[in-house]
Amino acid sequence: MISFDYKLNDPMGFHARPTGQLVKEAKKFESQINLTYRGKQVNALRMMAIMGLGTIGGDMVTVTVEGKDEEAAASAIKELLEKTV
Amino acid sequence: MTILKGKGVSAGIAIGKLKYYDRKGMAERSDSPIITEAEEGRFNNAVNAAAKELKSLAGSLREDGQESAALLMEAHAEMAEDPDFSEAVILIIKEKKITAEEAVEEAGEKFVGAFASMDNPEMKVRAYDVRDVVNRLINIMSGKNSYIELDGACVLASDNLTPSETASLDKEKIQALVLSEGSSEGHTAILARSFGIPAVVGLSGELLSCCSNASVIVDGKSGEVILEPDLKTIEKYEKAVEEQKHSAEELESYRGLPDATAKGKTIKLYCNIKSPDEVSEVLKNDAHGIGLFRTEFLFLGREAAPSEEEQFNAYKKVLTEIFPGEAVIRTLDIGSDKKASYINQTWEENPALGLRGIRLCLENKELFRTQLRALYRASAFGNLLIMLPMVSGAEEVIEAKAMCEAVIRELKSEGVKVADAVPFGIMIETPAAALISDELAKIVDFFSCGTNDLTQYTLACDRTNGQLDRYYNSGHRAVLEILRITTKNAHKEGIWVGVCGEAAADTELTEALVAMGIDELSVSPGFVLPVRRKIRSLNV
Repeated sequence: MISFDYKLNDPMGFHARPTGQLVKEAKKFESQINLTYRGKQVNALRMMAIMGLGTIGGDMVTVTVEGKDEEAAASAIKELLEKTV
Repeated sequence: MTILKGKGVSAGIAIGKLKYYDRKGMAERSDSPIITEAEEGRFNNAVNAAAKELKSLAGSLREDGQESAALLMEAHAEMAEDPDFSEAVILIIKEKKITAEEAVEEAGEKFVGAFASMDNPEMKVRAYDVRDVVNRLINIMSGKNSYIELDGACVLASDNLTPSETASLDKEKIQALVLSEGSSEGHTAILARSFGIPAVVGLSGELLSCCSNASVIVDGKSGEVILEPDLKTIEKYEKAVEEQKHSAEELESYRGLPDATAKGKTIKLYCNIKSPDEVSEVLKNDAHGIGLFRTEFLFLGREAAPSEEEQFNAYKKVLTEIFPGEAVIRTLDIGSDKKASYINQTWEENPALGLRGIRLCLENKELFRTQLRALYRASAFGNLLIMLPMVSGAEEVIEAKAMCEAVIRELKSEGVKVADAVPFGIMIETPAAALISDELAKIVDFFSCGTNDLTQYTLACDRTNGQLDRYYNSGHRAVLEILRITTKNAHKEGIWVGVCGEAAADTELTEALVAMGIDELSVSPGFVLPVRRKIRSLNV
C-alpha cells in the first residue's frame, strides 16, 4: 500500500471540476484508491462523496493506493492533484 | 422607460427583445401506481443518456477552446454516473414506490443537503452543480431538453444560468445576457467575455421576470439595462451600436497586415502570456511571437516548485505552438507582491524594492538551475530567448550568464540537444539598469522595458496605491527619457529593445515609442489589432 498526504491548493477544494478529473483518472487503475479527510474515508470513484467531504483550500487529505498497479496509480494521482487542485 | 443598474461584466451594447428564461418545473407527480422495475429502467437509461449528452457537449466545448467548461461538463457526467447516487435513487423508488423523476429529485436534495448544511460559499457552488445534473436527468426522463431553446435573436434574462445551460447557449442568437445573480468572475461572465456577448449581472430579478418581450437596451460596460426605452434613447444607442460594429469590422480588416509604419519601419508586435494555454489566444489575435512569458504563474499557488519535467513540458508547448515565431521566456519573477509558500522569504519593509526577480533566483540557485535546465532543454523545440527580470547592475547578469553556460555544458555532456543560439536578454525596469544600459548592452542580446515597474521606480510612485493614480503615468517625460536613453544605448551596440509593460498597448504612446526607435511591442492578445492599426497610421 502506498500512502501520501496532499494539501489542497485550489481555494475551492474538491469542487466539481477537479473531482471529475480525479474520478476519471482513478478509473484507469485496478488499485483501490481512497481519500481520507478528518477521519472520513471515501473511495476515489465516488464523485459525490468526495465533493461531500467539504474540503476547501489548505485542507490536508491522505491518499492511499492499494493493488497491483499501485505505484503507477499513486504517481499518476499525485501528478493530477498537483495540476488540478 | 425604466433604467436598471447592475454590474457590467462583459462590454458591448445590445438592443433587442428581452426573453426571461424560467427554469422548467421539477419532477411531475404520478397518482397512478408505478412499476418499480420500469422506473429503475427509465432511470438507468436516463443516466446513460445524460452521460452521453454531457460528454458530447464537452467535446464540442473543447473544440471551441473552452477547456475549463469542457472539464466541468465531464465532471457532471461523472456525477450522473456516480454509483452512490444511483443506489440512493433506486432505493427510494423501491421503498416509496414513486416515479424515477421524483426519486431523482429526492436523492438529489439529499446530496445537496449534505453540502448546504456546510455553511460556506464553496459548498453552494457544489450544490448548484448537483442540482444541474438532477435537472438534466429529470428533463431527459420527461422528454424535455436541458438546453435553452430560443426562437430568434434576443436578450436573455434569468436569475442565473447553470453551467450546462450556459455551455449549450446558441451564441448566434444571444444579443446580451442579463442576470439577477452572478458575478464578474462567474462562469457565465467568463463565457460571455470570451464570446464577446455583452453581459450585466446583479439586477432586480422581479423586474426582469415580468418583462419578457419588452424591448431592452443593454450596456455591458456601464451595467445599465434600459427597459422600454423611449425613441430618443433608442436612437442614441443605435448610433453607438453602429459605431461599435464599424470599429470591430474596421479592426478586423487589419488581420494579416504587416506591423509596419506608413514609412515602412517594421515593429515586432508580440504578446504577453502567463500560461502555455494562452498561446492559442495569441495566434487567434494574429500575433506571431511571444514577447513575455511570465513563468512565475507556473510556480504560484502550489505546495512545491514545478519539477524540471513539468517546466520543460510547459516551455516546449509554448515554443512549438508559436513556431516559427519566437518566444521570450522570462525567468522566475517571484517576490514583491507574488509569494510562493515553498520559497523562504523573510518579512520585508519594502517588498517592491526587495529580494525579487533575479535577486531571489541567485539566492535560491537550485530553483534557478532547475528552471534554466528546463529552458535550455526546451530550446531545441523552437526559437527561444531567455530574459532576466529585476536587473539593477551588471554583476547579477554576469553571474546568471555563467550559470546558463554551466547548464548548457552540463546538458550537452548528458547528450541533451540544446539550440545553437539562445539569445539572452534582460528586463529594463529599474532606472539603474536604464542608466547603465551602455554597459549592459555589451553583455546581453536584447532589452525589454517593463514599463509598469519602471514607471513606479522612476516616479517613486507605488502602483498598488490608489491614492497615487494621478502621479502614476507611464507617459511621464521622465519615463520616456529613460526609455530614450535605453534605446540609444541598445542601438549603439546593435541590440534590439522592446516594451512589454502596459505602455506597449497604450495607443496614445505608440507614436512616441516607435519614434524613439523601440523595435518590439509586447501586448495582451486583445490589443494586437488596435496597436497594429496605430502603428500602420504612423508617419515615422
